[in-house]
Amino acid sequence: MKKITENGQRSDWKRDWQLWIMILPALAYVLVFCYGPMYGLQLAFRDFDFSKGMTGGEWAGLKYFKQYFDSPMFWPTLRNTFTIAFFTLVWGFPAPIILALVINSLGGKRWKRMVQTAVYMPYFISTVVMVAILQIVLSPSTGILDHALKATGLFSAKANFLGDPSAFIPVYVVSAIWQSAGWNSIIFIAALAAVDRQLYDAARVDGADRWQQMLYVELPAIKPTIMIVLIMNLGGILNVGFEKTFLMQNSLNKSVSEVISTYVFNIGVKSSQFSFGSAVGLFNTLVNFAFLVAADRVSKRTADIGLL
Amino acid sequence: MNLKNVKAVKKGFRGGLRNGSYYVVTLIFSIIAFLAVLYPMYFIVIASISDSTLVNQGQVIFTPKGISLYGYRQIFKNVLIWNGYRNTIVYSLLGTALNLALTLPAAYVLSRKRFRFRKILMFLMVFTMYFNGGIIPTYMLVKDLHLLDSPLIMIIMGGLNVYNLIITRTFFENSIPEELYEAAVIDGCSHFRYFMTVIIPLSKAVTAVIMLYYLVGHWNDFFVPLLYINRDNYQPLQIVLRNILLSNQAMVGIAGGGASGYAQQFADQIKFGVIIVSTVPILLVYPFIQKYFEKGVMIGAVKG
Repeated sequence: MKKITENGQRSDWKRDWQLWIMILPALAYVLVFCYGPMYGLQLAFRDFDFSKGMTGGEWAGLKYFKQYFDSPMFWPTLRNTFTIAFFTLVWGFPAPIILALVINSLGGKRWKRMVQTAVYMPYFISTVVMVAILQIVLSPSTGILDHALKATGLFSAKANFLGDPSAFIPVYVVSAIWQSAGWNSIIFIAALAAVDRQLYDAARVDGADRWQQMLYVELPAIKPTIMIVLIMNLGGILNVGFEKTFLMQNSLNKSVSEVISTYVFNIGVKSSQFSFGSAVGLFNTLVNFAFLVAADRVSKRTADIGLL
Repeated sequence: MNLKNVKAVKKGFRGGLRNGSYYVVTLIFSIIAFLAVLYPMYFIVIASISDSTLVNQGQVIFTPKGISLYGYRQIFKNVLIWNGYRNTIVYSLLGTALNLALTLPAAYVLSRKRFRFRKILMFLMVFTMYFNGGIIPTYMLVKDLHLLDSPLIMIIMGGLNVYNLIITRTFFENSIPEELYEAAVIDGCSHFRYFMTVIIPLSKAVTAVIMLYYLVGHWNDFFVPLLYINRDNYQPLQIVLRNILLSNQAMVGIAGGGASGYAQQFADQIKFGVIIVSTVPILLVYPFIQKYFEKGVMIGAVKG
């Protein structure tokens, strides 16, 4: 193969072998640690046999999927996963956009920087620490929230936010916003910074006040960014944060906090039901994938913006 | 608050009440967001040096009370925490080095528009963002590779993040002029040399950004050690933290040691202190990287 490119260089092997060497480590990693487990997914269709390893068991067809669909944990895990994902998206998605609009409108450079730096900080807090903070702040009788509620005089009962199943999702979502809205706003702030000043001026000439400029200049300008982020969020809709759900889980709230990923961990890794665990995990991945494709289609049709 | 904000608000009002109201609303919103984020962190700082009884009674709100460094002294004496600290530092530094060694060259290759296999390689990478084997097959693979309970897995896992790869590739494509490459090719410059002498020095911004992402990921990782590491010696800080903060293990031996009232009183103080000791190092990284951040983060992001 001795194709000659425009500037007279021999292409392909003679020149490109170095490229192969440069991508080899990354390629090897992806093949082993991403495609390896995908190959191992056949476990979901086989009876796992300890003596024969990951791919040696007898074929079992869809037995383990049926087992999951028929199990009493199917609906609860699916419902919990969807509920947490839904509220995280509905409340969590607009938060960074609003924050970005607010930060973009701040006049003082120094104050703007202070707000930005402050709201980015919680991103660096680990999930373990985040959940520990929740436990401390929300602790019944000793937590600061409890003291604050008492001080208002409106609530006298010692609310157990971490044990009460009905409080699980609000606590989960609010803390998620607290932790990530600032960081997630970076991308929108950057998109807003790129908006042409002339558009604001033109809007002003047309008599638009600042609220209208936000609605008709700023939002349309960052719409592509919003759509891309939305599609990516939808694609991971069932990837409800394993770490946080797992760490917030306790015997009191398990009825709402057992999601697919924690279930897979509990039955698969802890109880060694490897085939069953793989099947449940694959189901989760497939639902995610379906959401991604659907979101991408809708977005392409309505806004002409897509990922795939 | 700040003179310029007041000015902006005033200027807004000169442009009509509705303009002014926008600046007033956003200013108030920004103050609320600022306080809502900072107060809990401030509270943990003052609670970590206050008498825990007073903290629990809700008396520590704006200033520390009954100041004592007992908690910190206990933390610095704790072997488990030091051990976890050392492990986390080693895992984070080596892991991030591996991340960069995988990501930067791969992103360069994928940014070469004339490379024939670019598309298919890119597809191979991007596909893994949306489809994966899941927890169990990955666990089984690690087991088959005899990497269970090995510190190596803490460094290797998450070796390549495709999102970071895309950010880096987009940076190479959009921010480094193609003419440089053309010129280098005519001079007979190899890919290796071009990458080392041109690309790397020109890519500080994006390197800083992905380095931060990777580093924070390693430092805060809880999932990988939970799955793959059982031996206490190899546990990173996050697992030690979980045991101290959430499971109330580990520190019992210290805080409840002689079952003395004094120790019990400060058991919670230790918790607050541990939170600070574990989070401050990673928070300190950000200011160093901040100046690159605004430049670097956006470039790749939108193009997905």
